[in-house]
Amino acid sequence: MALQDLCKLQEVLVDRLSAGCSSEPFGTTTGCNYVSGSPFSDAGMFHFYIPAAEYLEESPIRFGQIRPVRSVGAASSPDSPALSWPPGLPLASSHCVPLPFPMAHGTTTLAFLFQGGVMVAADTRSSCSGLVACPASQKILPIHSHLVGTTSGTSADCALWKRILARELRLYQLRHGRRVSTSGAAKLLARMLHPFKGTELCVGATLCGWDGGAAGGGRDPGKNPSSVSGASLCYVCSDGTRLQGALFSVGSGSPYAYSILDQGVKWGLTVDQATAVAREAVYRATHRDAYSGNCVDVYRVSSEGWTRRTREDLKEEYYREEERRGRPSE
Amino acid sequence: MLSSSTFGDPGKMRDYHYTGPVEHRFSPYSFNGGTVLAVAGEDFAIVASDTRLSEGYSIHSRDSPKCYKLTDTTVVGCSGFHGDCLTLTKIIDARLKMYKHSNNKTMTSGAIAAMLSTILYGRRFFPYYVYNIIGGLDEHGKGAVYSFDPVGSYQRDTYKAGGSASAMLQPLLDNQIGFKNMEGVQHVPLTQEKAVQLVKDVFISAAERDVYTGDALRVCIITKEGISEQTVPLRKD
Repeated sequence: MALQDLCKLQEVLVDRLSAGCSSEPFGTTTGCNYVSGSPFSDAGMFHFYIPAAEYLEESPIRFGQIRPVRSVGAASSPDSPALSWPPGLPLASSHCVPLPFPMAHGTTTLAFLFQGGVMVAADTRSSCSGLVACPASQKILPIHSHLVGTTSGTSADCALWKRILARELRLYQLRHGRRVSTSGAAKLLARMLHPFKGTELCVGATLCGWDGGAAGGGRDPGKNPSSVSGASLCYVCSDGTRLQGALFSVGSGSPYAYSILDQGVKWGLTVDQATAVAREAVYRATHRDAYSGNCVDVYRVSSEGWTRRTREDLKEEYYREEERRGRPSE
Repeated sequence: MLSSSTFGDPGKMRDYHYTGPVEHRFSPYSFNGGTVLAVAGEDFAIVASDTRLSEGYSIHSRDSPKCYKLTDTTVVGCSGFHGDCLTLTKIIDARLKMYKHSNNKTMTSGAIAAMLSTILYGRRFFPYYVYNIIGGLDEHGKGAVYSFDPVGSYQRDTYKAGGSASAMLQPLLDNQIGFKNMEGVQHVPLTQEKAVQLVKDVFISAAERDVYTGDALRVCIITKEGISEQTVPLRKD
């Protein structure tokens, strides 16, 4: 679940194949194989070296299946699960090592609900303090057939955490025979990121999904139109924010996108109209925001799952706009 | 050891004027220079790197190539902090052996890329200061290039430059291989001979303007027949 469980924090790529492999009984209902005190026995799944501090001492709230794991041989009571560092490792100070390189940040992503499902759009520029690290990155990552997540913040964090989320959702589906709802997935992601609050992990994701089966089950059908359709939208941030809503835009270009969306988004839009609004919002944001640019990806999540529109290079759009106006655009 | 804590200026020294007493913290990182480049073709891949190992104003070695052969179809180029490059390649080699013994087959390029991403992210809060580029053939025999950032974000590309001269080389590759920003040109697919010649020209240009790149160029060409290497001299100043 949270990375602390997976990697036990003490280990720096030490494979303890023999120690404590079967200290957890396998008779639990979930049959999970998270063992206490050692990383996965197939060595090196996810060894995390965190030069960390007191805020990581608390165990995160788990999703329900896993028992609290204890390090083998650590004399810790249930009240104080202390981190015990192996004596050889230096204890770093409470803030992390200053990095000599910048991380990739800066983006425009947006998502909104409408009668045809959820419309999701993002630019494709990945920038690293002034340099475009990648002009063709993918910021909308499918998590499963009916759930798509946008990424904003550090691309490495977003990509890895989406993978972890996808794995946990799949495990839940296999164990319980039903898919997690979008807000459930958002809650899971928020809980998993909570132990890393205060570190430099930076993830701002909107989870856009279709909750199938008993669509909108449990929600008051008279309250809002989306409860009938099952489309659902949740914003999760690594600082702990988790919001459900009908329209979100995240990233450095979001103010520009919001202005287009506030004007153009209505519940009754057709798919083509919604695509046009989403595309226009990203286009305007890329025009004004230096850290957004290149191409636009548009996805749509409906009851059949997610579908993707071909990636479009916005450079052509600028020239078309120029011709339309009869004067050069700024 | 330099305390290189300014973003975007790896290895550059601070201005020398007196600003008051300054406390220099020990920095576990150092920047050893070097440039790596990879290009993927229809049925080949090329990974090239210069062979200069520098630190600050000194050159430690003129014969330290940065391409490491992983399998018969995959080569990784690592530039950045040499200590982390060495450790990272040892870890990758060990994991390749473990995979081979558990699964009785060699790892494919895509699998190596995914594994490297998790290895790098495992050190999210004390990263390996290495810019990696993997070049190789995928399961269908087509060229594949995977480029990484130091914390494990990766994706598949057709071409990528990494390291100290990457900002100079990448636009040239965008233009010559990706045909970006050229109007009315025919997009001819890249042949192996043209790609190798382009890589050599590109490194000669990089050595002109980047102080950390030079001495010699090592080119590894990966085809289904195997990996062949060439060494080409560059400027030594």
